[in-house]
Amino acid sequence: MSASPATQTRELTHLQRLEAESIHIMREVAAEFRNPVMLYSIGKDSSVMLHLAKKAFYPSPPPFPLLHVDTTWKFREMIAFRDQAAKDARMDLIVHTNQEGVRDGVTPFTHGSSAYTNIMKTDALKEALTKYRFDAAFGGARRDEEKSRAKERIFSFRTENHGWDPKNQRPELWNVYNARVRKGESIRAFPLSNWTELDIWQYILKEAIPIVPLYFAAKRPVVERDGMLIMVDDERLPLAPGETPEMRLIRFRTLGCYPLTAAMESPAATLPEIVHEMLIARTSERSGRLIDHDEAGSMEKKKREGYF
Amino acid sequence: MDAFDPAAFAEYLSRQERKDLLRFLTCGSVDDGKSTLIGRLLYDTKLLFEDQLATLQKDSAKHGTVGEDIDFALLVDGLEAEREQGITIDVAYRFFATEKRKFIVADTPGHEQYTRNMATGASNADLAIILIDARKGVLTQTRRHSYIASLLGIKNVVLAINKIDLVGYSKDVFEKILADYNSFADELAFDNIQPIPMSARFGDNVTQRGENLSWYDGPTLLEHLESVDIRGDEIDRPLRMPVQWVNRPNLDFRGYSGTIASGTVSVGEEIVVAGSGRSSTVKSIVTYDGERDRAIAGEAVTVTLADEIDISRGDLLCDANQRAEVADQFSAHLIWMHDEALVPGRNYLFKIGSKTVSGSVTEIKYNVDVNSFQHLAAKKVALNEVSVVNLSFREPIAFDPYGDNPATGGFIVIDRLSNLTVGAGMIDFALRRAANIHWQAVDLDKHRRGEAMGQRPAAIWFTGLSGAGKSTVANLVEKRLFALGKHTYLLDGDNIRHGLNRDLGFTEADRVENIRRVGETARLFVDAGVIVLCSFISPFRSERQMARDLLEPGEFVEVFVDTPLHVAEKRDPKGLYKKARAGRIKNFTGIDSPYEQPERAEITLAGGMAAPEDLADQVIEYLRDHGYI
Repeated sequence: MSASPATQTRELTHLQRLEAESIHIMREVAAEFRNPVMLYSIGKDSSVMLHLAKKAFYPSPPPFPLLHVDTTWKFREMIAFRDQAAKDARMDLIVHTNQEGVRDGVTPFTHGSSAYTNIMKTDALKEALTKYRFDAAFGGARRDEEKSRAKERIFSFRTENHGWDPKNQRPELWNVYNARVRKGESIRAFPLSNWTELDIWQYILKEAIPIVPLYFAAKRPVVERDGMLIMVDDERLPLAPGETPEMRLIRFRTLGCYPLTAAMESPAATLPEIVHEMLIARTSERSGRLIDHDEAGSMEKKKREGYF
Repeated sequence: MDAFDPAAFAEYLSRQERKDLLRFLTCGSVDDGKSTLIGRLLYDTKLLFEDQLATLQKDSAKHGTVGEDIDFALLVDGLEAEREQGITIDVAYRFFATEKRKFIVADTPGHEQYTRNMATGASNADLAIILIDARKGVLTQTRRHSYIASLLGIKNVVLAINKIDLVGYSKDVFEKILADYNSFADELAFDNIQPIPMSARFGDNVTQRGENLSWYDGPTLLEHLESVDIRGDEIDRPLRMPVQWVNRPNLDFRGYSGTIASGTVSVGEEIVVAGSGRSSTVKSIVTYDGERDRAIAGEAVTVTLADEIDISRGDLLCDANQRAEVADQFSAHLIWMHDEALVPGRNYLFKIGSKTVSGSVTEIKYNVDVNSFQHLAAKKVALNEVSVVNLSFREPIAFDPYGDNPATGGFIVIDRLSNLTVGAGMIDFALRRAANIHWQAVDLDKHRRGEAMGQRPAAIWFTGLSGAGKSTVANLVEKRLFALGKHTYLLDGDNIRHGLNRDLGFTEADRVENIRRVGETARLFVDAGVIVLCSFISPFRSERQMARDLLEPGEFVEVFVDTPLHVAEKRDPKGLYKKARAGRIKNFTGIDSPYEQPERAEITLAGGMAAPEDLADQVIEYLRDHGYI
């Protein structure tokens, strides 16, 4: 929060409480684990998480690296933003791509969104965690995003195969977290568990946290498919016969792989306008992600298999 | 606010920021309608997005249990197994806000087998909504959940008497259930119980008043949630800040990072490390947003201190005038959370704040019957049982009773082999009073040790002729000191000559060496905090002076047992005088070797004139008058 002299303050605001809770979680992880890492997805939640990490350990830089699982299909602006953000935070950045998937030519178009996500995101993530022997990984997931996330602990235990057993989670009382794992096992730590989407935006606004420009409205080339606006970020997006990209004033509520992330038409070009727009929105943010649409339990299934 | 208006928006944001947060849980038995109630709250406060509603409608048709209507429970039961079985397995967190407050709801499972998940949800809640099915009334789970909520320190309860539509909106039923509940709730530590008749399914008294419940004039659930006073008094309690992480970016900066559990911390204020007793003053409070003069309970900060003292993760920074207690044995309440029962004596890990220690349950005092709250004799604590136990930790920890400060009195129990969280506990009090003595910021020395034993250590040096009665009196004195609870030891010719000094004869050199060794031994005992009684003829002033000089002033109490030679010789308990007179022992004190009488003995006892008991009394009196005991 701002350096307001808290001389007479007796109560913390909602955002101050959330901030303190997240910092507490991050410090616990840094202190208890041998080799933690922060999953950095470049989205707004990751931006908030990174900002909180800077606060948690200041004046030290956060004592762990950032890990980005690069599917090779991220928006170009995301990649540029990522490299700058890691540099600003004085943190090492590990970029991992499932090379086997690349060799096998796995793309959202050839393998379908579900298999693609599985191979290029979930498998790649598991591969990276195993390769670097991380025993804890921060994720920016929030409980308000989705029903199975709403059930997840802040310190969420993962087996050697990175699997989640939702029916058998460790009890978690107060802010006392059980960080004990055996070799090969790990903990996914979720410092933003109790934040809502509105909290995230308010905090970005209040703290002036940099976010990828794709969140702001601009004229961008898009094609419309099944009612979803897909941005043509590079020449790899296969166009159907007769399909021509058109420039529309769009922005993104959520960022992922560009062929799988739907844009929304919006004139909101500033943070206050975005937050304002969000407040009157009538669809939840994950609806912009094509991968969640299959069925209600799809996120839980992916999480059991090791997805964040 | 359809069109964007910067001024109105700024005003909106500032309103948002001023809202406080209420965390509550819903609990109660299976099928009392917990999930339905939360779904209703989300729906009525318009917190559902259109796509969520669409998914909900699709799911209601597939799994729903309420026919054509939307099954609100499906909103919160997020796991596939839950949706298939129609039950809640684990706690789900939901978020909503009104114009007045923000809310985080923990929807907790009703089944007994998932009690640990209910406790998980309750541990961070300010308020508990306990649901009761009006048709069923108070059930075992109602009592269990009430008990656990109370145990975890929840003070505010809403008694939601639900499904009132199914009993004809009957006031009598409501009042009977309320009376039932109150009959046992008196034994719990709630400050405020708000009973509300409601129908979560139809929305009566959830956010809107029910027409069918005109006899009820209390608040609706939402009105109560929006207005109930949940302000904690953490800020008014003494400073407690568990150190989570030592912040050392370079050699010039050493900060201690942690969340302030209670109280406030200000620059210039004296703090003390509870465990070591070392103190210092706060030099700065460092945050990413700049240095601060003061920080309050709930904030996560980094402090630097004026002095370089040894502090590491797990230490507790405290208000210098109101320190946490330090102890290694406790009485505590324990909720067991694992299929394998608690094994007394088995080694577990206990994590309290940022400190993890190993220890064990030394005794199960009793288990609590969650239905009757009666105490049951028990040899084990099984899954979901609540027990009162004695704990012993491998090392002392700083703590407060849970009732005073949950952050420094609550702990989890971890199985060392499986690493699972197998229990959670709340410290009630330390078992050993001695543990209440705070460690001081000095190295452990004879004064500390003596203090811990309730005495001033000293060497009580009995000198006098052979047969003067030194050992008899010394023995009596020791027995009396022991009876007073003092820590003593007796050194005399018998136990020294046969061991430590068995290489020594009776030449003058050997006799000097004998006393030197005894003096050194006595000094070690004094250093250990003990009152050591030394009974030696020690005929030469210079030897006795040598022993005296080994100790600090006041630590050497010379007792001259002044028994005339003829009395001693007449007693001759070991026949030594006879042998000496016969010339069979050389250099025997009083016969062919002098006894140099003390000139300034602290105590002179008229041996042979009074009974040994009276002489012992004189010594005890002296020790008492001079503050040794």
